[in-house]
Amino acid sequence: MHDMSAPPLHMRRDGFGPAPELSALRDDEGVARITTVFGTEAWLVTRFEDVRTVLSHPELYSNALVPPFRPPGAPPAGEEEVAEVRAGNLLGSDPPEHTRLRRMLTPEFTVRRMRRLEPRIREIVDGHLDAMERGGPPADLVADFALPVPSLVICELLGVPYGDREGFQRTSRRMLDVALPLEERAAAGSEARAYITGLIRTVRENPGEDLFGMLVREHGDDLTTAELAGIGSLLLLAGHETTANMLSLGTLALLRHPDQLKLLRDEPERIDAAVEELMRWLSIVHSGMAKVTTAEVRLGDRTIGPGEVVLCSLPAANRDPALVPDPDQLDIRRGAIGHVAFGHGVHHCLGAPLARLEMRIAFPALLRRFPGLRLAGDPVYRSFNVVYGLSAMPVAW
Amino acid sequence: MSGPGAGTPRIRADREVCIGAGLCVMTAEDVFDQDDDGLVVLLEPDPPPAARERVRQAVRNCPSGALSLVEE
Repeated sequence: MHDMSAPPLHMRRDGFGPAPELSALRDDEGVARITTVFGTEAWLVTRFEDVRTVLSHPELYSNALVPPFRPPGAPPAGEEEVAEVRAGNLLGSDPPEHTRLRRMLTPEFTVRRMRRLEPRIREIVDGHLDAMERGGPPADLVADFALPVPSLVICELLGVPYGDREGFQRTSRRMLDVALPLEERAAAGSEARAYITGLIRTVRENPGEDLFGMLVREHGDDLTTAELAGIGSLLLLAGHETTANMLSLGTLALLRHPDQLKLLRDEPERIDAAVEELMRWLSIVHSGMAKVTTAEVRLGDRTIGPGEVVLCSLPAANRDPALVPDPDQLDIRRGAIGHVAFGHGVHHCLGAPLARLEMRIAFPALLRRFPGLRLAGDPVYRSFNVVYGLSAMPVAW
Repeated sequence: MSGPGAGTPRIRADREVCIGAGLCVMTAEDVFDQDDDGLVVLLEPDPPPAARERVRQAVRNCPSGALSLVEE
């Protein structure tokens, strides 16, 4: 049984960065055996080049071969159940199946399509800043801004009724909260899937102009309802819990580095580079999906046999001196896109263009609106989660 | 690395491999574009010297490995 008081190595943090023992592993042997949150064994990969290698070779490091997690003592999943969970799950598939699914979605995330969304994102951001201003300080940046903005954006893009949002947010939090018993996380996953399945049935009857409507119109005959629900669950979950934590944690990082904050305020054209550097430096996704080796592989000085579970530490890789000099420094002037915070390889974050656009709009708007923005209490970290971030951040201005 | 006298590298973009991440467009929009399906469109197979460094970055950062430089 896993000791819940200490998260597994790949989820350990020290403030904004990876825990010192994680950085030490990267600078020493690079690859090590760890115990996962499920009490099982895995190999953890920490160096930038090794992480890129793993993520670049789906034929050697398979997402599809990872068995669905079961609560300890539960009987293994039946074939039907596995098929149900796998249907439409981009993160649980390998090429060519992954390619087939992903290509149905790429038109919705092109640079051009994002430009069409831009005015609506600005409206959503400004609306929330207006409400914060009307309410006066103090506010909770997480509840009043960082969480509702991406949530509204993804609901709008997908075509999820906004009224259903709160219930869904609660469910997605439970799905990703590693401190909860597995049974409860599994139950949350089933709830989310049941909700989306119902929604997809409605869309099939009357497809709208949103992403779900497009999928049904263009691919409704090629995709089962289970596949559509799988795609929908993943997009909704990913759109809620990631950008939200970047907005809160990114704002906190800037407040804690007044020189960087001043640079961004004085030279707002630096925002694109600042977003990339915040992504690299914070690396809120600890380690994406587990993979299973399909053959004997060599990583660094290690030989790993077939059928072994491999995890990549994104925060450790993104602070590898092989990627940038002085990697533990937050320096918004560098801002290259070579980091692996969005992953790499065929599973590279599908929503990355949307996340970038939201951040490029939201950070400057927040800083412009509240020139005196400051902390008004201690932020509450939530590290024991699939996505690192804050559960509360009291601010005043 | 191309030394003096070496040919200029040409870009190859494999639309079969492309996953439409669009990082190439972000890096060098004068050389790469995306069609309506999100797949890479090569605007300029022979990039001007001024774009060469950005093109190298785009090739290196392409998540799917759809881009390569071919020394002619």
